Amino acid sequence: MSKTYDIIIVGAGPAGMTAGVYAARKKLKTLIISKDIGGQASWSSDIENYLGFSMITGPDLVKKFEDHLEEFKEDLELRISISGIKDIKKKGKNFVITTGDGKSETAKAIIIAGGKVPRMLGITGEKEFLNRGVAYCAYCDGPLFKGKDVAIIGGGNSALDSALNVSKLVKQIYIINITKQLNGDKVMIDKVMDLPHVRVMNNTEAVAIEGEKTVSSIRIKSRDGGLQKDLPVSGVFIEVGSLPATEYLKGLVNLNKHSEIIIDEYNMTSVAGIFAAGDITTVIEKQIITAAGEGAKAAIQASQYLAKI
Amino acid sequence: MSPKSDKKVILYTTPTCVFCKHVKEYFADNDISYELVDLAENRDRVQEMVDKSGQMGVPVIDAGGEIVVGFDKAKLDTIFA
Repeated sequence: MSKTYDIIIVGAGPAGMTAGVYAARKKLKTLIISKDIGGQASWSSDIENYLGFSMITGPDLVKKFEDHLEEFKEDLELRISISGIKDIKKKGKNFVITTGDGKSETAKAIIIAGGKVPRMLGITGEKEFLNRGVAYCAYCDGPLFKGKDVAIIGGGNSALDSALNVSKLVKQIYIINITKQLNGDKVMIDKVMDLPHVRVMNNTEAVAIEGEKTVSSIRIKSRDGGLQKDLPVSGVFIEVGSLPATEYLKGLVNLNKHSEIIIDEYNMTSVAGIFAAGDITTVIEKQIITAAGEGAKAAIQASQYLAKI
Repeated sequence: MSPKSDKKVILYTTPTCVFCKHVKEYFADNDISYELVDLAENRDRVQEMVDKSGQMGVPVIDAGGEIVVGFDKAKLDTIFA
């Protein structure tokens, strides 16, 4: 028998999980649908700015969030759907969410808290070798490349952070940076440049990722002379930024030029009854703690919306 | 003895893998014994996992030869029913 939830939350990162707790505490029947648990927070190694914790790893903080959610099992359901969201449609006063595997659920209000996904390079071999040597989270997958040579594509803080994360594990790190110099924070650049087994290759482009069952090399090209060569590596970490996970929302809610969901001070989108929170929105600061705050705001506003309809 | 213990179960994990914790909880909740292979400490077994699963993502569960990649609860429920 089909069930109508009060609220369906898309995304189980800090924004989504906080929204879930707030909704459940108001005894609203709530479903969180997510591809994973923790979102970008679970990719962080050392979190030192989440209030209450001097230092905690991303996975440990996410575990604490999950444990908190467990207390609201009666009203709050967390469902992992690795196929993601196919679409959201209005049906009368309600909304129907369909996941990639074809299953649908109905709710009176929606909170979109799907965060961001890694930006892909779009080069040959990137998709083919995903999870077979290509990864987007050095902290998560670094241990699999212990003692091996890896390439990190990118030149900003994420790439530098990845290098520092895996520096004690891997044998050799090549940082492949398309710009003329690294553009992260100076303190990060200095730390990375101090490592003897890191080679920074500026003005260099990654052209293709190659291998058989797993990655065995990356083809790179100098932007000066165009000379190509193959670097033998076992892993490639791609750190070239991230994009809001809003592909399926185009045409439904208003997005800005960066594809972020436009929200007002009530976390409402351009569609009444659809709220949004966290990194997926136009909120300027993208931090775990601000995402949690936004999730709380969205849930409070959603509950007030439900009281009026 | 739990009827679910007749399969030899191996769980391949890394210390930073969030879903690996969920698999461990699933095994504990269902009284399933397993061999835990921490790939950070057992680098020599990474290739074994890659050969079995065809990829490098964790968690990977080998349930008596049947391979599950990720915390696929529906598939685990079917295997351990």
